[in-house]
Amino acid sequence: MFKILEKNMLNPTICKMVVEAPRIAKAALPGQFLIVRADEPGERIPLTISDYDRTAGTVTIVIQPIGASTRAMVEGFEAGDSFADVAGPLGNPSEFVRMPEEELKAQRVVFIAGGLGTAPVYPQAKWLHEHGVPVDVIIGARTKDLLIYEEEFKSVTDNLYMCTDDGSYGFKGVGTARLEALVAEGKTYTQCVAIGPMIMMKFSALTCKKLGIPIWVSMNTLMVDGTGMCGACRLSVGGVTKFACVDGPEFDGYLVDFDEAMRRSAQYKAEEGLANGK
Amino acid sequence: MANRIPRVPVREQDPKVRAHNFDEVCYGYNKEEAMLEASRCLHCKNPRCVTACPVGVKIPDFIELVAAGDIVGAAAKIAEDSSLPAVCGRVCPQETQCEGSCVLGVKFEPVSIGKLERFVADWAAERSGSDAFMAREPETSAARKVAIIGSGPAGLACASDLAKAGYDVTIFEALHKPGGVLEYGIPEFRLPKEKVLKRELDAVRALGVKIENDVIIGRTVTIDSLMDEEGFEAVFVGTGAGLPKFMGIPGENLNGVFSANEFLTRNNLMKAFREDYRTPIHAGSQVCVVGGGNVAMDAARTALRLGADTTIVYRRTEVELPARKEEVHHAKEEGIDFQMLTNPVEILGDERGWVRALKCVRMELGEPDESGRRSPVVIPGSEFEIPTETVIMALGTSPNPLIARTTPGLETTRRGGLVADEAGATTRPGVFAGGDAVTGAATVILAMGAGRKAAAAIDEYLKGRS
Repeated sequence: MFKILEKNMLNPTICKMVVEAPRIAKAALPGQFLIVRADEPGERIPLTISDYDRTAGTVTIVIQPIGASTRAMVEGFEAGDSFADVAGPLGNPSEFVRMPEEELKAQRVVFIAGGLGTAPVYPQAKWLHEHGVPVDVIIGARTKDLLIYEEEFKSVTDNLYMCTDDGSYGFKGVGTARLEALVAEGKTYTQCVAIGPMIMMKFSALTCKKLGIPIWVSMNTLMVDGTGMCGACRLSVGGVTKFACVDGPEFDGYLVDFDEAMRRSAQYKAEEGLANGK
Repeated sequence: MANRIPRVPVREQDPKVRAHNFDEVCYGYNKEEAMLEASRCLHCKNPRCVTACPVGVKIPDFIELVAAGDIVGAAAKIAEDSSLPAVCGRVCPQETQCEGSCVLGVKFEPVSIGKLERFVADWAAERSGSDAFMAREPETSAARKVAIIGSGPAGLACASDLAKAGYDVTIFEALHKPGGVLEYGIPEFRLPKEKVLKRELDAVRALGVKIENDVIIGRTVTIDSLMDEEGFEAVFVGTGAGLPKFMGIPGENLNGVFSANEFLTRNNLMKAFREDYRTPIHAGSQVCVVGGGNVAMDAARTALRLGADTTIVYRRTEVELPARKEEVHHAKEEGIDFQMLTNPVEILGDERGWVRALKCVRMELGEPDESGRRSPVVIPGSEFEIPTETVIMALGTSPNPLIARTTPGLETTRRGGLVADEAGATTRPGVFAGGDAVTGAATVILAMGAGRKAAAAIDEYLKGRS
């Protein structure tokens, strides 16, 4: 059992939890994810790690209720309760973690974060900040109330750009428009990392291609085991089938077939509807 | 004459009824039936059945005890060599092992060894508690720590033998339930989880074996940290062959194409067939399963039970089907359509990106290849379509590379299996391996045999180091 130490609602739908998982906290690196199964009838849900504390033996996850199992997680569990299973860290750490120091020091990184994907950008930005690499972070949401993690990011970057579709806070427009504006102002970047809804990552990749900036995207596909066994997470990258769980989750955004990935993500929608009624 | 008694038939659920439920197909023998069947054994001086058993169960000895009505005695006799008798009695390919070597089978039907083993295990467990029939030799020697990676058949067999020899054994399992393929792969109707698997796992725990779930070796901790920081003096890798294969034909990433691993894991481990679980599963009204092994049979019979008309597509003939005969027979009885000498060349989708049909070609058998099997050859111009909503790929699996990648000094073969000698020693001192992780996908009982051999080798290795 894995005890929930803290639970806060970051906005009306997104929930943050700090969970006791000493083995995972010790091993976790930016870019990796966990599988959480809340209780016996629950599914195994892949969730990106949004922070970890090796001393306290905790990991932080951020959850948005989408299907029956994520809803049960947010609505049915409070601080003091325990999840049945938390397994990880899974997937490969972000490319930066494995870079030779010289190459790392030369990086000028811009992140584009959207919705729930804002949380997993945080450990990457924090890691780069701690390693002396300056980062720019663009956070986007539909409207002001849905923006998350602003305070956390302020501690790791001076260049934080908040965007809302409706203009209720920060820049009016989507994250990719903000990136184009920054480049037009004369900013240069060696690498972009986009994490968020697949449609957002698709347009981030198109924009980056236009601007000539390499981009990594973190593919949040369907998964069952998360260790390469089931193949539910397969996607086409440069025409080759890859498993998001063991080959990713981060891939070259220029090469990912986002339309196929989005279609595959909706695969259990009909059945999910039934499960929501269960 | 004993051999004049015909093989005692085993009672089974009516095929028409069981096609709509997940209850166990076979009811097994009762005591009278078992004693009668046991009386057919000829008690050969050099029992070929024992030689043919990968774990060397003393078959004529336990059968003699059954014939005498001493079922608990028979259970203790089996437990000397096997830690999972109720599982093996159900899933072993007896026709190619013990029963295939039975002398009685030359002229008559072989002794029903599998069904007798199953009866003994069930009977003894139901009457004497889960662990009473396990042969236990408690030792008080200072417990030295051994880590077992993976709680499938290889790991459980290795762990049991080491615990019996007095070691402090911990099994690390990546999934949330122990059992490996016995839990995620083999369906409820062939191997009931609560009634049979849980009981056998409890028996292994009763030997003192600890099982820690949700630990992915290579990610959560490495073999190096287990040995250097957590005090494990030896490690056994029994991680199986869990990576699914696909055909590499167009249309495999359409919606509605699944690996058998995904389909079975959703239904077995994640209990999608039960109303009280949240796991979604997609079968639809028409399912095609590609492949001819036990996993293909399991996937097809699961799809059938979820309400789909189900077809098995296999490129050779029925004679070459690698599945156990009993599974093929059961699948046919339940109404599964077999399309033999048929090979998919493309999966066709509709405008929404969902499967609509499987495009296949007909095959004929050509000359035998290096393996001695006659390889199938395409009949020109034989293309046709099978309309279907779902395609399940059951083409075999390969070992997971995670441990090899994260453990310095551990070598793998070209096919991805760990390099290990006959006793299970790998290229890294103190690290042993066995089962599908070494050989690629095989059977439960071969994995158990490898686990036992490695346990003996680990014992020898550690005694040599003390």
